[in-house]
Amino acid sequence: MRKHIYIALLALGFAGATLADSTEAGTVKTAKGTVTVERAGQKIAAAPGVKVYAADRVLTGADGTVGITLRDNTLLSAGPNSTLALDKFAFDSTTHAGTIDATLKRGTLSVVSGKIAKASPDAVTFRTPTTTLGVRGTEFVIEAADRGE
Amino acid sequence: MEFAAIALAVILYGIFSHDSSDRVVLLPEPDGKVGKVVVKAAGGERLLDQPYAAADVSGRGAIAARSADAAEVRNRYGSTLAAQPRRPASYTVYFVSGSDELTSESKPVLEQVKQEAAGRPAAEVTAIGHTDRVGRLEDNDALSKMRAEVVRGALQEAGIPAAQIESAGRGEREPMVATADEVAEPKNRRVEINIR
Repeated sequence: MRKHIYIALLALGFAGATLADSTEAGTVKTAKGTVTVERAGQKIAAAPGVKVYAADRVLTGADGTVGITLRDNTLLSAGPNSTLALDKFAFDSTTHAGTIDATLKRGTLSVVSGKIAKASPDAVTFRTPTTTLGVRGTEFVIEAADRGE
Repeated sequence: MEFAAIALAVILYGIFSHDSSDRVVLLPEPDGKVGKVVVKAAGGERLLDQPYAAADVSGRGAIAARSADAAEVRNRYGSTLAAQPRRPASYTVYFVSGSDELTSESKPVLEQVKQEAAGRPAAEVTAIGHTDRVGRLEDNDALSKMRAEVVRGALQEAGIPAAQIESAGRGEREPMVATADEVAEPKNRRVEINIR
């Protein structure tokens, strides 16, 4: 009996982890040219209104640009030939506590930081293959060299 | 021949000056203020805190600090910045004491909110209702929710899908102006609206 409870708790734990991984992070607001959201191996064409979740990757083609507003009011936009991995996102809309961890694997990214950076500056990190950015606010651009993956 | 030389120069420029390094440029905010970004790589750490302060980071992680300018940012990141979503907008509307009726001053503001939301691609709105401290805590919880629902209704009327509107009431717990209990305070009878 006790064993069954443990298994049930374990299963709940896994369900919780899965939910946490699929946290809604933001919404596509602008999209031009070829823009794709990759989620668990699936490719979704990005258009205004398409949701972006934690662990998604956003890719733009040679003609593509995309703008995304995260739930904490962070504004992101990527230029052509860019790959952005939204590694982690969490946000409590009441306390404004949360985490953003994103990696620009190649291309260009503009950032206007939002409520999470304001409430807890150490909780927002942007990366490139060589660099880690700690964000104390608020507006900047990042470029990651094309290393030809 | 000349063409080949120029082409070679362009390629070398590309390899050595730009495409082999990652870079960060801190931008001024629309009001002229500037934030701070800490750049860390294998070769150390740099604080950027001036408008257009830039860091070039080589493949090996060496950081070279320098100054960029508005023209460079426009040339290199113009299409990236042009794709930026519209900045979020905040509004506050106020209510008549003990009711979910907007004050006459706030009615046109709600119209503005509807227009702003309807004009944005894939608009998302949060509406958080509040009350002053007149009346019972539980009644004020209910009243604050009703006030937020008034805003929700107006937005849905303006064509914003229900799923894109988050509304909640916080009762008298988060006053704009702190008062003693049972004090009427018009500034606290409000709904705070964020459109993004």
